[in-house]
Amino acid sequence: MAKKYWMAASGLFLCIFLVGHLAGNLQLLLPPNEAKDAFNAYALFMTTFPAVKILSYLTYASILFHAIDGIMLTVKNNAARKEKYAYNKPSANSVWTSRYMGVLGTAILVFLVIHLWAFWAGMHSREIPTYTLADGTVVKDLYSEVYNAFKQLWYVILYVVCMLPLGLHLSHGFTSAFQSLGLNHSKYNSIISFAGIAFSILISIGFAIIPLTIYFKY
Amino acid sequence: MKLTLKIWRQKGPEDKGAIQTYPVDGIDGDMSFLEMMDVLNEQLIEKGEEPVAFDHDCREGICGMCSMYINGRAHGPKRGVTTCQLHMRSFKDGDTIYIEPWRSTAFPVIKDLVVDRSAFDRIIQSGGFVSVNTSGNTIDANATPIEKENADKAFDAATCIGCGACVASCKNASAMLFVSAKVSQLALLPQGDPERKSRALNMVNQMDEEGFGNCTNTGACAVECPKEISLENIARMNREFLKASISKES
Repeated sequence: MAKKYWMAASGLFLCIFLVGHLAGNLQLLLPPNEAKDAFNAYALFMTTFPAVKILSYLTYASILFHAIDGIMLTVKNNAARKEKYAYNKPSANSVWTSRYMGVLGTAILVFLVIHLWAFWAGMHSREIPTYTLADGTVVKDLYSEVYNAFKQLWYVILYVVCMLPLGLHLSHGFTSAFQSLGLNHSKYNSIISFAGIAFSILISIGFAIIPLTIYFKY
Repeated sequence: MKLTLKIWRQKGPEDKGAIQTYPVDGIDGDMSFLEMMDVLNEQLIEKGEEPVAFDHDCREGICGMCSMYINGRAHGPKRGVTTCQLHMRSFKDGDTIYIEPWRSTAFPVIKDLVVDRSAFDRIIQSGGFVSVNTSGNTIDANATPIEKENADKAFDAATCIGCGACVASCKNASAMLFVSAKVSQLALLPQGDPERKSRALNMVNQMDEEGFGNCTNTGACAVECPKEISLENIARMNREFLKASISKES
């Protein structure tokens, strides 16, 4: 059962990561001439500042752990019912998102691989054009990488569509993590479940707005 | 009314088993589901066939013996009732009804619709009790003051009849609702306090050992529970187990 606590803890940590990631990326909504300097300076800070580096390693570890722990739990849960029902009606007692967390999580993981390959790899290993910041520092031009990517329609569609499994996964995962950690109290339950829904909507829409804005507005 | 029953038939634990179809006639809306099964079995016996084996005892919704998965749901379509308290007026003339045993690796089928639920007994044996000194100085339980709110919550948890509907309806065949009801019932009372840590650890470990799945908080168990045991108990057990894991010395 200890696996469930770690699932909840790593999940909540990744929720905090999403908030930070979205907050930073909202700079991309600025007009390109302002965003280019601001975002490239931000990217430099995020890849060089030691405390952020530690956090980033913790994030990689959490993603891997959350995925592996999830697979291990799924294997055990499947083994707990070898013979299936001939007629089963789970829709009568539970929400489908809660039953398909593994599928939604896998969709997010596939997206993550594409996403990291596109931008993370560009920043960390692949050679990309450089840009000179206002203070004269020469940095990798991650902003233009993002901008060019989000000027392609298929890329925008991919990103917007992939925010759907993320939002659905969060809509169950956020509140579920509190329950797994034993944080259930009649006074606060309604606040937690409201926060879970609000969080999943804000995060998925917040991320989806970025490629849409770049494609249609700039 | 006339019904078509699709019932799981399995000769014994080693038999493969299959769904078989039985037409049944002369069913009255006031009959309970088990009485409908009795009618079917009488018809089968008259024809010289093997009657359908199913668990039942009190037939008034308090013993936890009846255990049928009816049309894809534990104890059938009604909320807060056991199979024996489900009446045939909940069905329509001409309906087809699927009847299956609880499906869980930890609850092996003995015969037809009868499953072995002794995994629950072993979980109780591992910690679902309060040790008392019975050598003549037993303290009257009513002499201990208990906050009304906790007494009510403990009572609500104690209404669990251990039928296993939670396991049957959970997509992971998890026993968390049952075990958490038993852990809560004792953890909420002063009499249960001295053994709370070992109880939470032992009962959860036994539950895992029996091969039940993990809780993914779908909430299906609480919806299908005939005694409407709350998910609050699962959170309480998560707290109890976490606190005990961190603080217990051995």
